[in-house]
Amino acid sequence: MPIIATQPSVRVVTLRIDGHDLSAREDETIIEVCRENKIPIPSLCWMDGLSVIGACRLCMVEVAGQNRLLAACATRVAEGMEVTTNSETLQRYRRTLVELLFAERNHICSVCVSNGHCELQWLAMACGVDHVRMPYRNHGYAVDSTHEMFRLDHNRCVLCNRCVRVCDEIEGAHTWDVMGRGSDCQVITDLARPWGESDTCTSCGKCVQVCPTGALVKQGTSVGEMVKDQHFLPILARRRSAR
Amino acid sequence: MSRTISIDPVTRIEGHARISLQLADSGAVEDAKFHLTQFRGFEKFCEGRPYREMPALTARTCGICPVSHLLASNKACDDLLAVTIPPTAEKLRRLMNLAQLLQSHALSFFHLSSPDLLLGWDSDPAKRNIFGVMAKDPELAKQGIKLRQIGQTIIEMLGGKKIHPTWVVPGGVNEPLDSDKREAMLNMLPEALTIAKDTYALFKTMVPKFKDEAEHFGTMPTMFLSLVSPKGQLEHYDGFLRIKDAQGRIVEDRVPPSDYPRIIGEAVEDFSYMKFPYYKPLGYPNGIYRVGPLARLNNAESCGTPFADVALAEFHMLQEDSGPVRSSFHYHYARLVEIIFAIEMMQRLLKDPSILDTRVRAHARGNRDEGIGVAEAPRGTLMHHYKIDEAGLITWVDLIIATGHNNLAMNRSIKQVADAYVDGNTLSEGMLNRVEAVIRCYDPCLSCASHAFGQMPLSIELKDASGAVIDRLVRDA
Repeated sequence: MPIIATQPSVRVVTLRIDGHDLSAREDETIIEVCRENKIPIPSLCWMDGLSVIGACRLCMVEVAGQNRLLAACATRVAEGMEVTTNSETLQRYRRTLVELLFAERNHICSVCVSNGHCELQWLAMACGVDHVRMPYRNHGYAVDSTHEMFRLDHNRCVLCNRCVRVCDEIEGAHTWDVMGRGSDCQVITDLARPWGESDTCTSCGKCVQVCPTGALVKQGTSVGEMVKDQHFLPILARRRSAR
Repeated sequence: MSRTISIDPVTRIEGHARISLQLADSGAVEDAKFHLTQFRGFEKFCEGRPYREMPALTARTCGICPVSHLLASNKACDDLLAVTIPPTAEKLRRLMNLAQLLQSHALSFFHLSSPDLLLGWDSDPAKRNIFGVMAKDPELAKQGIKLRQIGQTIIEMLGGKKIHPTWVVPGGVNEPLDSDKREAMLNMLPEALTIAKDTYALFKTMVPKFKDEAEHFGTMPTMFLSLVSPKGQLEHYDGFLRIKDAQGRIVEDRVPPSDYPRIIGEAVEDFSYMKFPYYKPLGYPNGIYRVGPLARLNNAESCGTPFADVALAEFHMLQEDSGPVRSSFHYHYARLVEIIFAIEMMQRLLKDPSILDTRVRAHARGNRDEGIGVAEAPRGTLMHHYKIDEAGLITWVDLIIATGHNNLAMNRSIKQVADAYVDGNTLSEGMLNRVEAVIRCYDPCLSCASHAFGQMPLSIELKDASGAVIDRLVRDA
C-alpha cells in the first residue's frame, strides 16, 4: 500500500535518531525524517515521489524496543522513538546486501554508461565494498535495444521497481512490470514484448531518469555519459497528489 | 635422449608466455615454440553488448595500450555510424595516439629492454631490471621514467585518466581541448624531445656493440605490414595499408583498412592461445610478415618531421644492402625514432590553432551492420572488426592484435636465436636470456593477443574420501 506523505493537519512527534533529538510530523517515515535532517541512510528502491515497497532492505534501522530490524522507508515515526541508523551490525548487513547485488548480475562499472553517475556505485563506495566476497552468478542477460530512444540492460538491473512505479503512478502508462521469481526476476514491457514494440510506452523517459543504475539508459551514450536527472519527480508527484 | 627446455614465464614482457626449446640428442635445438598461456575471451563475451560499449570494453584488454584499442574500436564504431568525424576530433585522437606511442615505447625501451642493453645479456638476473639500470646509470633511468610520465600526463590531460580514459567516443571525442591544457602540454614537450634525442644519440653509439645480436635476432626474410599516409609517410592513425617484401618491393599498396580481410588470413596452432595471421596470397605459413616500429619505418618513405627524418635516414643505413632493415634487434632503434617523431608531431598538432575548435563530435546511430577500425598501436597494426544487428547489439567480433601479427616472426626468431646461442650440453642463463630478449625486441603485449580456439582441454577426477581416484573424465583440446 502506498504511504501518502502529505496529510494536512497532522500532529508533530519527537524522536531521537542517532542521539539527535528531532521533531517530525507523525505521518512521516523514518527515512523522510533522516533525509530532511541530512542523516545518511542508504536506499535503492525508495524514492521521493514514488510509493513505498520496502524491497531493497538497505535502509534497515534499529528501533529501541523492537526485536527485529525495520525498513526506514516503510516505518512511520512515533512519539519517543529511538532509532539507530548506523551500527556495526547495520553496516555489515548493508555491505553484504550491496555485495549480493553485485554478485547477482554483471555490474561492471568500468564499461557502464552510468559509470560515475550510478547510485549502486555510490552505495558500494559508501558501504566500503572494495571487493565481493560471494561468488558471482555470471548469468548473462539479454540487452533490449529495440526502443528508438532508450535501452534496457537486465545485467545492470537491481530490481528496485522504480521504473514500474513511475510509469504506473506518475506517467499512468503502466508499461513496466516484473516477470519471474527470485533472482531470475526481470522487468518487462507490455507482457514481455520487446520495448520497441510496446503499444503503451509513451517514450516519456521517466523510467530512464529514475533508474538508479545503467539498466535503463538513453541510446547513443558512451561509457560514463549517462547522467540522470531526477528532480522532476517530487514536483510531479506533489502536483499529482494536489489534484 | 632428447630434452625440452622451458622458459616459464618469459620475463619483462606484458602478459604471460612460455618458450619451449626442443633439444636433440646432440644438444642442438631442434624446435622452438613461443606459447601464449593466458586466455581472455574478449571476442566472445562482447557478443550481445551494445556497440557503444565496445571502446571501453576492448580497452580493458590492456593497461599499457588501452588508447590503441580505444582508437581502433572507436574507428570501427565510426564506421558503423557511417560518419566522418570533425577534423579537430581527428587531430585530438591523433594527439592521444602519439602520447600513447611515446609512453609505451619509453616503457619498452627503458623499463623492459635497457637492462639487457646496458647491463649485458649475461649479467646477474637479480640486477638485470630497471633497478639495476637505476644503480648503473641513474640519469638514464630517470629520463626514461620522465619520458613515460610526459606521455601518460598528456593522455590524462586529454582523457581525464592516464589509463583507460573514455574521452574518445564513437563520432569523435566528448570534450574539446582548452587552451590552458594545450599550453601545459606544449611546455612539457621540449624536455621530452631533449631526452629522446639524447637517448637516440646514446643508443646509436651502442649499436655497434650488438653486431652479433643484430645478426642473429630475427633476421629471417619476412614482409612488413603497416599503415602509411596517402603520401606514403609514417602514419599511426589512418591512411592505407602497405606491405613490402623482404627485398623492399611494395606488394600491396593503398589498401583501404576496410579491405584487410582480402589480404590477411588467420591460422591457429594448438600450442598457443595467440592466432597466427598471415598474408593470404602466400598462404600459411609462407605469408609471414612483421608489424610495429620496424615495419612502419621500413614502409614509410619519410616521417614528415625534421629530426625524425634525419633519424629515419640513419635507421635505413643499419641495413648494408638497400633493402628494408631486417633484424628484429633494430626494433629498439625504430622505437627511438618513433619517439622523436611522436614528440615532434605532437608539437605540430598542438601549435595548430584549430586544435581548440569546439566541434569535436558527430552524432549518429548505427547506419551500417559491419564496421572496421584500423590504427597503429605501438606494437603494430591493430584491427577491430564488428558486426551488429538492427538494434545495435554486437553479433560478431574479430580482433587482430598487433602482437598477433608478429606471432610467426617471433616463433622463427626464437628458433634462430636458440640455434645461434643455446648449446644443450652447457646451458647458461645468459643463453636463455637472449632467447627471451629476442621476444622483447617485439615488445609483445600478450594480454591483448590472447584468443580462444576449439575446446579447452579438460581433465576431471573423481576421488573418494581417501583421495584415491575412482573415475576420470578427459576431454582433449
